[in-house]
Parts: sequence; structure tokens; C-alpha cells
Amino acid sequence: MLDNVVQEAKVSMGIFESDADQVYGLLAEFSDPGALLHAAEAVREEGYRHFDTYSPFPIHGMDEAMGLGNASAVGVFTFFGGVTGFAVAYLLQWWTAAVDYPLNISGKPFFAVEPSVPILFELTVLFAAFGAVAAMLALNGLPRPYNPLFYSDRFEGVTDDRFFLHIAASDDQFDAEETAATLRQAGALHIELVQDDGVADP
Amino acid sequence: MANSEESKSIPADPSSPGGEGHGDGRDDLIRGNLSFHDITELVSRHTEKKAPLAWYVAFATALSGTVLLLALFAYVTWNGIGAWGNNQPVGWGWPIVNFVFWVGIGHAGTLISAILFLFRQHWRTSINRAAEAMTIFAVICALIWPTFHVGRVWVIYWTLPIPNQMEMWPQFKSPLLWDVFAVSSYFIVSLLFWYVGLVPDLATLRDRAKNIWRKRILGFFSLGWTGANRHWRNYEKAYLLLAGLATPLVLSVHSVVSFDFAVSVLPGWHTTIFPPYFVAGAIFSGFAMVVTLMVITREIYGLKNVITIDHLEKMNIIILVTGTIVGFAYITEFFMAWYSGVEYEQYAFINRAFGPYAWAYWIMMTCNLVTPQLFWSKTLRRSVPVMFGLSIIVNIGMWFERFVITVTSLHRDFLPSSWGYFEPTWVDIGTLVGSFGLFFTLFLLFLRFVPMVAMSEVKGVLPQADPHFYEMGDGHADGNGHAGGDGEPYIQPATVTAVERPDTDRSGDA
Repeated sequence: MLDNVVQEAKVSMGIFESDADQVYGLLAEFSDPGALLHAAEAVREEGYRHFDTYSPFPIHGMDEAMGLGNASAVGVFTFFGGVTGFAVAYLLQWWTAAVDYPLNISGKPFFAVEPSVPILFELTVLFAAFGAVAAMLALNGLPRPYNPLFYSDRFEGVTDDRFFLHIAASDDQFDAEETAATLRQAGALHIELVQDDGVADP
Repeated sequence: MANSEESKSIPADPSSPGGEGHGDGRDDLIRGNLSFHDITELVSRHTEKKAPLAWYVAFATALSGTVLLLALFAYVTWNGIGAWGNNQPVGWGWPIVNFVFWVGIGHAGTLISAILFLFRQHWRTSINRAAEAMTIFAVICALIWPTFHVGRVWVIYWTLPIPNQMEMWPQFKSPLLWDVFAVSSYFIVSLLFWYVGLVPDLATLRDRAKNIWRKRILGFFSLGWTGANRHWRNYEKAYLLLAGLATPLVLSVHSVVSFDFAVSVLPGWHTTIFPPYFVAGAIFSGFAMVVTLMVITREIYGLKNVITIDHLEKMNIIILVTGTIVGFAYITEFFMAWYSGVEYEQYAFINRAFGPYAWAYWIMMTCNLVTPQLFWSKTLRRSVPVMFGLSIIVNIGMWFERFVITVTSLHRDFLPSSWGYFEPTWVDIGTLVGSFGLFFTLFLLFLRFVPMVAMSEVKGVLPQADPHFYEMGDGHADGNGHAGGDGEPYIQPATVTAVERPDTDRSGDA
């Protein structure tokens, strides 16, 4: 049960588990963003869930094609980051000036909101930015220096001009032969089996 | 591939000025019908091959400036800040002028990266990386001034709320402390924004790296990025949120800098117009610096198809607009002084324009209000030599603006017996020159080691990046691609390719 939850969470980060034969999955290359979008659509209609597409730039419509929905979690983290920043700035300015070392200057209040506004604002923004970046890294499972896909030489082009779709071996429906047929059906230019065995492509 | 930018000529004047940012003008963003791979090649190779001779010459010059700066800061630290021309009554001399000047330069980078992103101005993708780098380096060049101006630089940490043996805390009611928080938050957020944007491009360099150590170092900094859509999804969201956060932040930073002056009770400083007027001035000077840098960069690195004359023209239009806002603010200040009926306020402004510093005032007026008006002419704002000259003039003018504000209000103290005339020393001049050296050293290192154009973003605004491009077939995609599109995925019946075939035709996606 818990294993399943963890596995699904990792899938949402694009981290898949290899199967007993150290097979990570099938990596298919497509010609262009349009073909990749249709392939993702087709693969999802076939019932696959543990798959991901890889491209040099974000492709619009891909989230819908893959059935991922809105990335709202990043916004939640950012919001709480901002709230934390605001609270830190408020407590810092109030506690240092009114509690820990109050200085009576012309009988003015030890703490007032008005002169505290600039720092309240700055720290809110600062911590919200920390929240956004931390959420992005955490939800993506980054940094991730080891990735079985790096064993594929062809995959090096993914940050240049190549477009890939990877169906993970951990998917319930995965079957090397049948999945390859599905990918071929979807218009793949090249399909390879990626193995998590510590050996780079021949 | 090696032929690409040399062999492709730039059409003389094909663009329509109103078309930017919308679907119809998108095809003009990048010239020369470049493919995805061309973009990778055009940008990445400059970090991989030997740098051009011009780079070494420029770097040697800039590095000498940096050495000069370090030596003079050592001199100032040893002898005290009296080595600068700061003295009664002008206690804030060039160090503060330079601080405000450099912070202002930085603002254009954030404006390009954040505000233009929110407004879906796709032309920003060609220049945002370099402009953001400029922001970071300009803020570094700004922070050094107050750091050394405190005199005892070894206790600069007193400006931060760090528990110490004196059990004292910083005075949070002081605008100078707001500055510490504003500028350092700005620096950190700019750095995060820049780095987040860099990750996919560092992954490109990693995948191209031949040398194992280069691959490892880039592998470390690219965080294992693979371009997975599950990652892009969160990444784009985070990028959008960072843009949304950086936008009010950048507007607040120069507002807070202006509070250093506006919260005081000095005639000429104590005005409510300062925050918007400082922000407009900051954007004005920053864009001028971006133009200066981009004109040189695109020339030396052969990026004329990526950073096109249209990009430069759009920046010149922003310079024209913000310059006119700044000029309007100068005139409004006079009106307010007259309308207030306060004779000290009136004296401060008359003295600015016709007193001992009239020369500085009129340099400021000419450079900031008058000469940018030349950009009303389409021919002039599309002429590279003209814009290069004007962009430098603008920055001279903006430096003098800060000089006029700082020095003219201080040199007439409350008692006429304390009146004086500020004169800079050789250390003032040396440190200012040195700060340019530091700025250019950092910028040249950036050009050498980091992709100077955001490759993944530029690829994203190419017409062929839009999945709909392939369904139309005529090269004129209907949607606006990177800007969001209609969100309706196009479903094509799967075509049957029976056999796996090697993809020898790598130009197929062009």
C-alpha cells in the first residue's frame, strides 16, 4: 500500500522503477512536436499511465495529451513560502524592536506596522521565490544525477532537437513486444529498450 | 552548419511595428529560417570553441579594471573613506551615486525577464538570458558601494539581523536598512530566476560535452534535467510564479532606493514623486545598457538572426518611452517646487538648474530628455551605430541624474556657513572606472561559459515548435504556440510505420 503511494509519487516526478529483468522501459523517438503530442495521446488512450515525453522545450497541449492536469502544487508551496516570509519579517521586526531591545525614541511606539511594510514585502517575495523553486525541484525529483535514460546515446539529442516518448516497465500494461507495437503504430521513428544495468549503449 | 549566420543575410526592414507578441508577428522573431538544431549550434558553440580574439582583448581590459577596483577598495579601507571626495557638507558623494546608478542598470534585466514574460512578449526570449545576467552583475557592482562606504567594512554584518555580542539589532525603521533587505532580496531572487532559466540550457551543453570533466561539471549544475514533460509542467509553473514575484519586487527595489532620499527632510529629496520616477529612470538606463551590450554581442558572436534589428528597435522604443517619462518627472519636480510655495524647495531647484552644478543638470537634461527623442524616427532607431551611441549617452545622462540629485541637495547645507562644492578625488574616478571593469569581467565570463541566449525558450517560440504547425502544412500555424494556444490537443489517427528506421534525416524538423 505504502509502496504503491511512493511509487506513484515517484512516477509523478518522472522517476520509474525497473522491472525484475532490469528493463527500464521502451524509448521511442518521434519526428516533431506534433507527432509526439499525438503519440502521447494515443499511448494514453491505450491505457498506459507510467510514461513520459521528453522534448527540448515545453510543448503546449502536452499536459492535456498526457492527462496530467494543472501543476497547482507549485502554487501552494509558493503561497506558503510567502506566508512564512511575511511571518518571519513581522516577528523579526516586532520582537527585536519591541521585546528584546526596546529603544525609546521621542516616545514613539517601539513597533509600528507602517515603517515595517518594506521589509514585510521584501521577505514575503523572497520566501515565496524560495518556495517556488524548492517546490519545482521537489516535485520534479531533481537533482537526479542518475537516470537510466542517460544510457541511450540517442537520448543525448533530447536537449537539442529530438523528441522522445518513454513507456516505463513499471506500467501494469507494459509488455516489450506489445508496447513496441503500440509505439510503432503511433508513428515512432526509432524504438529502443532501455535497461538499467549499468552498461551504456553498444 | 558552420555557414549559418554568415551566409544568411538580414532583410532590410520587413517588420510591422505593432505586430510583436501576437500570433501574426511570431514568424519574424527569429530570422533565417533556423531549425532547432541551428539554434543549439549557434548558441552552444561559443562556450565550446576557443573565444575570439576580441574576447581576450576585452577580458584583459576589463580584468585590469577589476584589479584597479580591488586595489582602490583596499586603499579606501586602509585610509578611510576620506580618500573619496566625501566630506561635509556632501557626505554622500560618488559612492551613493554609483550605487543608485548600478542598481538602476539591473532593473532592465528583470523587466525583460519577468514583466515582458507576463505580457507574453515573445521577443524577450532572444535577449532575456543576457539581460538577466546583466542584472545580477549590475547588482553586484551596486552592492560593493554601500559595503565599502560604511567605512568599517569588517562589520558590514551589523546591517543584518545576526545575534551578536552587543545584543543589538539593526534599526528596522531606517530606509537604509530597507535598502539592505530590498537589494539583497532582489539579488537572490534574480539569481534564482536566472538559474532556473539556465537549467535546460546547461543540460544541452552537458549532452554536447565531449570532455568527461566538462560533462560532470555541467551534469552537476543541470541537476539531471532531461526535458521530461512531467518536469516542464512544474518548471513552467515555477517560472511563471517567479516572474509574477519578480515584477513587484523590481518595482519595489528602486522605490526603496528612492526612499533613502525621499524619507529625509532635505529640499530636493523630500518628494513623493521619487519612487515612480526612480523606477522609470532605472528601466531607462537598464535598457540602454542592454542595447549597448547586445549590439556588441550579436556583432562578435554572429547572433544577428537570433537578436534581430527588431529586438533592438523594440528596446529603443522602451528607451524613448521611459526617457520621456523621466524628462516629464524632471519638469514635474519644478512645478511641484513652485506650487508648494516653499522657498527652500524652490531655491533647491533653481539652484540645480542655474547654480554651481548647472553644467551637470544640463548634461542630465540633454542626455535623458532631448537626445532619446531621436528615436521617434524609425530610421534612427533601427540604425545600429545611432542606437549604440545613444545608449551610451543615456547612461552618461543617468549617472549625472543621480549625481545631480545627490550632490546638489547636499552642497547647500541648512546653514550658509556650511555651504560647499563637491570635488571628486582620483580615488572616486578610479573606483568608478574599476566598477565598470568588474561588470565587464563578469559579463565576459558569462559570454564565455554560459549559453548567452535562452535556447530552450527561443526554440519554443519558433513556428515549428507549435504542434499545430504540422497539421496546417503551410508553415503558418494558427495558434500562438508558446503563449498558450487554445489548449485543445489535436488528435491525429496513428499512422503506421511498420519498421524501425534509422533517422538519417535530421533536418526533417526544420
